[in-house]
Amino acid sequence: MSLNWKQITLSLSPVWATLVALTLGVGLILLAGLNPIKAYYALFMGAFSNIYGISSTLTKTTPLVFASLGVALAFKGGYFNVGAEGQLYLGGLGATLAGLYIHGLSPLLHIPVTLAAGFVAGGIWSVIPGYLKARHEVNEIITCIFMYFIGLLFIEYMASGPLFEPGAPSAMSPEIAASAQLPIIIPNTDVHLGFLMSLTLVFIMHLVLTKTTIGYQITAMGLNPVASRYAGVNIVKSMCILSFVSGGLAGLAGASEIMGLKHRLFDAFSPGYGLDAIVIAFLAKSNPIGVMFASLFFGTLRSGAGMMQRATGVPTTAVLAIQGLVILCVAISLVLPQWRPRWFRADIDKETPRKKENE
Amino acid sequence: MWAIVFNASFITDFMAAAIRMATPLTFAGLSCTISERSGVFNIGAEGMMLSGAFVAAVGALFTGSAWIGTGFACIIGALLGLLLAVLSITLGANQIVSGVMINILSLGFTSFLSRIIMGSAITQKLPTFETWGIPFLVKIPVFGEIFFRQSPLSYISYAIAVILTFIFFKTTWGLSIRAAGENPRAVDTAGINVCLVRYICVMFSGIFASLGGAFLSVGVVRYFTENMSAGRGFIGLCIVILGKWHPLGAVLAALIFGAVDALQLRLQAFEVGIPYQFLVMLPYICGFIAISGVVGRAQSPEAVGKPYLKEN
Repeated sequence: MSLNWKQITLSLSPVWATLVALTLGVGLILLAGLNPIKAYYALFMGAFSNIYGISSTLTKTTPLVFASLGVALAFKGGYFNVGAEGQLYLGGLGATLAGLYIHGLSPLLHIPVTLAAGFVAGGIWSVIPGYLKARHEVNEIITCIFMYFIGLLFIEYMASGPLFEPGAPSAMSPEIAASAQLPIIIPNTDVHLGFLMSLTLVFIMHLVLTKTTIGYQITAMGLNPVASRYAGVNIVKSMCILSFVSGGLAGLAGASEIMGLKHRLFDAFSPGYGLDAIVIAFLAKSNPIGVMFASLFFGTLRSGAGMMQRATGVPTTAVLAIQGLVILCVAISLVLPQWRPRWFRADIDKETPRKKENE
Repeated sequence: MWAIVFNASFITDFMAAAIRMATPLTFAGLSCTISERSGVFNIGAEGMMLSGAFVAAVGALFTGSAWIGTGFACIIGALLGLLLAVLSITLGANQIVSGVMINILSLGFTSFLSRIIMGSAITQKLPTFETWGIPFLVKIPVFGEIFFRQSPLSYISYAIAVILTFIFFKTTWGLSIRAAGENPRAVDTAGINVCLVRYICVMFSGIFASLGGAFLSVGVVRYFTENMSAGRGFIGLCIVILGKWHPLGAVLAALIFGAVDALQLRLQAFEVGIPYQFLVMLPYICGFIAISGVVGRAQSPEAVGKPYLKEN
């Protein structure tokens, strides 16, 4: 199968969508009466011009990769996990508990145990909506959002109540054991082992989705749950496993954040990585490799935003607006292929009629 | 403490607060009711509400009138409804994806623009609505002050609920709307434009949601904060289910949620020994229980969530 330029153009549609969004962002910053070129330049320089910028970009990319992999996996299987932020917080709590109350282990054992605690905590927070969706057809968007609010408040309670370190200036837990902390992999920066782990997971998930039966089952379940059921797949069980793993990955985002960077549980320790993850998974079309690049892009936005605000006065929340534009453009790009002109149809792209979905 | 609780003024105060808290939820519920009745899930109600709150605040800030601000909110609500309609009805995008997109878009834009327009420090309070006492009825002992001295937007929400009930169940328009949600093919066969019906309903859904948002910013607290809708749009989706897709049912369900909210605020004030985070959780937990079908399952419109595509 030879790839022609039309197919390549089509498969890169998220890139075009992002570029359109960034262009619209120029207009938005102009409307605000500020200089968009200087703003984008400052953003880029803030994220990459020196070792601190790069360190900050990579540490912000790490939780994004974990959480977005979780969301992307869920999307693949037809589970709209929009509660990754809550699962991330619960993952952070699980890791903190394991890091605080397990003593005397060597790091070689303590780190995996702590990560596992984060994974399980995030997974439990996600499996509840997943089970309700599969068993009772409860809309998971709404349940995920409620679980997110409940989780956030629960973490606030834990950090300011039972886990509160006496005398601390704000809601935070004591520092977790040194044996549970992830080592720094680039000296003099904050880049920790979690970054490498997240990249490894990208490739593992890529292999699982493309080369294994499980990956095929997940995709099939996402595309057509009814057919999967007739093919003998236990939908309730599969959905529970899928939602657990998806939440677990989001939980790892929180766990690695606590174990590698913060070393304590704070209330509101995530600036919204789990929410970015939804946009990233959309942008990447749930493709793990795409998730990696999209996470780096969003990590860059988050990391450079501070410099942009200091240098040009464009508030950091401009990044949120750009995210909104990105998801708008991506949403449009997802449906546009059906409407592309005849001259642009890729050669092997069969003239498939649009599905009849309302019977 | 119990002496305070059973004090008459406490009860009137509590009930008035419950009604006040219920108003944005009523709008959210009505917003989701009308769109789901026509066959479109409006997950974006949350974002429409947030945008409505923001635009109302900005409008009120610049014009000095809460009413004009609310008018602007209606416009942005209708525009976001139009966006949802174009994406999910004309372009055939997934309704859930489109709704989630509207939420993220609204969160991003309101957070960005609020810092640009209003600055981070809010010094002055926004203009607000005078409460209206309904003549004669407000004189009824105890209950008069609870039910008949409310913000005009609260009355508007009840009026909309009554009008919607009438339209849904007594007019041919209503029949078309309900049929578009149950059996769009039949509507099409009868020569009615399903897409048009859904467009109109989704745009009104946006208007109702943004009215709820306007109530939040200019109606109660008189300022705008980032993400101030705080999940109320999603509670609207639960209210629809609890209210069994009936506008008056939505009003009742919203009152229940309003009462829960008012109760948790009062429990916080009384320091009952429960950490406040658990009290703030209460509405979400109630929403969760409501939607999980513990309270009995209701039947949603048959074709909700499915795009209607004509045969070529």
